[in-house]
Amino acid sequence: MALTLTPNISDPDGFYDTLLAAHEGLSKAQSDALNARLILVLANHIGDRAILEAALKLAARDGASAS
Amino acid sequence: MVATRYETAFKLYPYETVEAAQSGAVTRHKVVIIGGGPVGLALALDLGLRGTPVLVLDDHDGAGLGSRAICFSKRTLDIATRLGAGQAMVDKGVVWNVGRVFHGAGQIFEFNLLPETGHRNPAFINLQQPYFEKYFVDAIRTAQQNGAPIEIRGRNQVTAVTQGTGPATLQVETPDGPYRLEADWVVACDGARSPTRDMLGLSFDGRVFEDNFLIADVRMKADFPTERWFWFEPPFEGAGQSALLHKQPDDVWRIDFQLGWDIDRQKELDPDRIRARVDAMLSSQTGTVPDYTLEWTSIYTFQCRRMQSFRHGNVFFAGDSAHQVSPFGARGANSGVQDAENLAWKLDLVIRGLAPEALLDSYSEERVWGADENILNSTRATDFLTPKTEISQIFRNAVLDLAAHAPFARPLVNSGRLSVPCVYDGLSLNGPDGFDGPALSRPGAACPDAPVGAGFLLDHLTGGFVVLALNTDVPDIAEVDGIPVTCLQLDPHKDDPSGALANRYLGGAAKAHYLIRPDQHIAARFAHARPDGIRAALRRAICRKG
Ligand SMILES: Cc1cc2nc3c(=O)[nH]c(=O)nc-3n(C[C@H](O)[C@H](O)[C@H](O)COP(=O)(O)OP(=O)(O)OC[C@H]3O[C@@H](n4cnc5c(N)ncnc54)[C@H](O)[C@@H]3O)c2cc1C
Repeated sequence: MALTLTPNISDPDGFYDTLLAAHEGLSKAQSDALNARLILVLANHIGDRAILEAALKLAARDGASAS
Repeated sequence: MVATRYETAFKLYPYETVEAAQSGAVTRHKVVIIGGGPVGLALALDLGLRGTPVLVLDDHDGAGLGSRAICFSKRTLDIATRLGAGQAMVDKGVVWNVGRVFHGAGQIFEFNLLPETGHRNPAFINLQQPYFEKYFVDAIRTAQQNGAPIEIRGRNQVTAVTQGTGPATLQVETPDGPYRLEADWVVACDGARSPTRDMLGLSFDGRVFEDNFLIADVRMKADFPTERWFWFEPPFEGAGQSALLHKQPDDVWRIDFQLGWDIDRQKELDPDRIRARVDAMLSSQTGTVPDYTLEWTSIYTFQCRRMQSFRHGNVFFAGDSAHQVSPFGARGANSGVQDAENLAWKLDLVIRGLAPEALLDSYSEERVWGADENILNSTRATDFLTPKTEISQIFRNAVLDLAAHAPFARPLVNSGRLSVPCVYDGLSLNGPDGFDGPALSRPGAACPDAPVGAGFLLDHLTGGFVVLALNTDVPDIAEVDGIPVTCLQLDPHKDDPSGALANRYLGGAAKAHYLIRPDQHIAARFAHARPDGIRAALRRAICRKG
């Protein structure tokens, strides 16, 4: 299996809402901690090391091009 | 004069006048080992049992006071068992199975190691290092009585090592003055500060962890559970970043506090201050402070580094002199004893003229590989314990938070991974991997133990080359180029009804041949081997070309 790069989330606006809502009222430190936990939970769900590495690469590349 | 750098727990090899120091005669020795710590002693015993004469020089007369290493792994116990010292260690040692991990004031999880059955030795024991050294010396004394050519000279300090084209020359200081000797081969087992390394001007590169650990061994009679307790961010006053409580024999408990980098050593070693910390830790779960005495305290900083090569001509480095790791995962003495067993059979064969000198380079190749694996593991543990950046701290704490209720996060919690022997994957001595067998017994791996009859498989692997024939005939071969080969024919179903032997060595296969090295590592395996296949693999395992 390869990393899914085509739209895969139903109701994208609704999901985005939920993501932001989870951070509502949190301090920066609390938000950072929440994000870290979320990454770990999702990473475990995916499990496949090749997919995780592809995702890390993709995320790192977008960060590099933005800065 | 020979300076005393530390007190000894046991006097094991008291000073005796050295004849050569009186007469001035320069004697020549086959093998001289500098340093009688765990590694030097294991090596001396292994060589001596093989009949190769060996002289150990140590600048003290016994095992240093204070336990240092406490955790000894199965592979170390298997090696010690082959050398005749293992049973005493296991009898004295403490076996524990339950561990608890705390974060701040609360327990986040507990685990039970539920040991795998079908091995003679437990996964590890806790035992004070002085006992570990004493049992090796006891086994050396027994071997000596049976004729093993081993000599240990206490309070003999090596002050100079000179290499030329011939044998190495050693200058040795004793309480009665200096003397000189010559050695065909020298093995420096003289610890992390290796004077030999300095005398030869060799470098020791790596990374220092900017951290101090306060180690306290306390003796208490209290009815405290035999469990391992580990705290991240302990709640007790001034405990530092992490803390560990671990049981040893004789009602002694090892306590570690991770104090950080900027500390006042003198102040932290003040017994009242240590007692305040220990009181807080001991009472944190039970509410009461049991009666205890402080046995031994010390502050350490740790580093991960190794030499470029563990062989320099006729001088070898083994144990802490060659590589140093942080203690998370108990890889120091454990890996050093594996160095000793890797070198012993190779040196013995070369000295007897049965293997080419090139075999000795494979010692460095294999043990550098092992050292790198240990350094990698202990560096990872250290990075988890002491996050180096803000974001690594955030992830570390996220793992700990999740571990409290989500089992998936528990394997990510790293307070040190238990030392297991490395597999020499892809290295020069390995022969063919001739069938689709279990990964754990692939060429390069240390043989997993398994029940055989009333005993265990490893009991049959006593220090020579062995062909193991499982469910098949033994090849007609008794020696290769003068090196004896023993054949061991087993019927996995009859010899081990539990199925462990078949599981660990056959997997789905019906039969197999294994060629096993003198250090119980697997050289090659075959669906079915003919004598010339065994011969080729054995020649490869001793670096004979063609
Ligand atoms: C706090 C702590 C906890 C540890 N816990 C563990 C653990 O749980 N498990 C584990 O496996 N390891 C552990 N270790 C590491 C372990 O103690 C070492 O890896 C081990 O002692 C190394 O053995 P060695 O024989 O190479 O060197 P050493 O034990 O240092 O022995 C070197 C010997 O050489 C002698 N010597 C030095 N210079 C000379 C000279 N010029 N002439 C003659 N003799 C000389 C010394 O006196 C000494 O006897 C721990 C270490 C520390 C500090």
